[in-house]
Amino acid sequence: MTEAALATNSVDTPERPTRWRFLHVVYRNYLVWRKLLGSALVGHLADPLIWLVGLGFGLGSLMPPIGGMRYIEFLASGMLCYSAMNSASFEGLWSAFTRLKMQRTWESILNAPMTVVDVVIGEWVWTALKGMLSGIAILLVMTLLGMIHSPFVLWVLPIVLLVGLAFGGLALIVTALAKSYDMFTYYFSLFLMPMTLVSGVFFPIEQLPKIAQIIAQFLPLVHATTLARALAFGTPVGNVFLHIGVLLIYAVATAVIAARLVERRLMR
Amino acid sequence: MLNVEHLHKRYGDLEVVRDVSFHVPEGQCFGLLGPNGAGKTTTLRCCLGLTQPDAGTITLVGLPVPQKAREARMRVGVVPQFDNLDPDFTVTENLIVYGRYFGLSRRECEARVERLLDFAGLADKAHARIEALSGGMKRRLTLARAMINDPQVLFMDEPTTGLDPQARHLVWDRLKALVTQGRTIVLTTHFMDEAQRLCDRVAIMDHGVLITEEAPRPLIEREIEPVVIEVYGDGVEDWFQAHGKALSSRAELAGDTAFCYCNDPEPLLKTLEGQNELRALRRAANLEDVFLKLTGRDLRD
Repeated sequence: MTEAALATNSVDTPERPTRWRFLHVVYRNYLVWRKLLGSALVGHLADPLIWLVGLGFGLGSLMPPIGGMRYIEFLASGMLCYSAMNSASFEGLWSAFTRLKMQRTWESILNAPMTVVDVVIGEWVWTALKGMLSGIAILLVMTLLGMIHSPFVLWVLPIVLLVGLAFGGLALIVTALAKSYDMFTYYFSLFLMPMTLVSGVFFPIEQLPKIAQIIAQFLPLVHATTLARALAFGTPVGNVFLHIGVLLIYAVATAVIAARLVERRLMR
Repeated sequence: MLNVEHLHKRYGDLEVVRDVSFHVPEGQCFGLLGPNGAGKTTTLRCCLGLTQPDAGTITLVGLPVPQKAREARMRVGVVPQFDNLDPDFTVTENLIVYGRYFGLSRRECEARVERLLDFAGLADKAHARIEALSGGMKRRLTLARAMINDPQVLFMDEPTTGLDPQARHLVWDRLKALVTQGRTIVLTTHFMDEAQRLCDRVAIMDHGVLITEEAPRPLIEREIEPVVIEVYGDGVEDWFQAHGKALSSRAELAGDTAFCYCNDPEPLLKTLEGQNELRALRRAANLEDVFLKLTGRDLRD
């Protein structure tokens, strides 16, 4: 076959349009996850159940209702976001870094007709799906504990997905810059944990000094907990679009930056 | 199949590829040789569109790279220097998942797996885990994986580094079969016997520059005298100064061994008779002699 004939052929080659190629990466991660399904699901369900029952009933029995909610309900709606954040972060840090550096999985994918953007978007969407799975697990636990009274609560899932995208994107930035796993522990204990404490997961942020409340507004998690609480228990919420907007900006901006950084790292 | 013209690539102040041009016709095996750090891998990465060159034009399977690199990779297979098989999958799953990246359906991939595993000599390992494979098996599986899209060109970065002789011969045998099928192979190696055995043409790179590009046989004949005598043992230096230098067309003392390149080795061999301290090896000139002549004997790291 001549080179000219080849060139024409390659145009005819059937393949997915550009915007769907990232799904191959999602699918690959899904297949690996499916192999470990048993232990993964137990972790997903058991972990939040223990937290909720332990803190919610234990600590909650000492606490007055918060804004008309029992403490365990307040906590559960916060944990919806917290748990999604943790799952997406873990996936975007340790797991993604393993694929980037230890297993060189991303490099192998780039030898196929895939681009860095395909890989990063695929990983990003996957982190969000992992986060969402954790959110669903919490919703199940909440249902089991009789906290769910209306199907309206399912609207919390898109919010949980946004949480996954925002923190998955952030995690992928850290991964793209990381030299070893050590950096991730710092990211967790110096950034995610303090942010969690000022973001209304375990207690209302009105308890906090003004400055902490202001800082929290610039971080994604408090916007997620505010929305999740409103959707789960019908508490009043101010500017819905601001909350969604902050989450969206974090999600998109971090994904774009992560793609740039991975490009710089792998396509040298 | 692959055309590289005036390729330049620099990292900071270091120009790792300097004005490299070569052409690989369809159905040939082309070897890119050079010491560590010569710029071989960078050149390959540029050809695949995985690195942005600073200057030069590349055409792969008729498509301009890097502009159409992704499309070009549809028809290309890559065996990277480091194994990057998916340890979470079995042998078969590795092939199927990889085929998906080419837009192949699961059914198409499954239809190709059996033939590929046969080709790679892994038919009885179809459901083995990756960690259960030997180094040679992993390398063959990586080769099979690179074949999942039925590529016209195969890029292989040091395909037999780290393999034992049995495994190397098996890989060589498979590569020859691929060339017989009319596929084009571009490989890098620093094993000269490998290049001499497999390649229709070789290009030798050093310090980012392509020094020569030719078929191995004529290259050896042009650069090196037909017979090489290697002499070593106590007193080799005295012998080298007294006879070795004078009686060969070209000679050098490297460490404790004298390399004498001769058209007619008989007079030189006579001087070795009765020299019980000295040991001599007579052999034909090979590509390694060319390589060492052109790139020098200094260590590269």
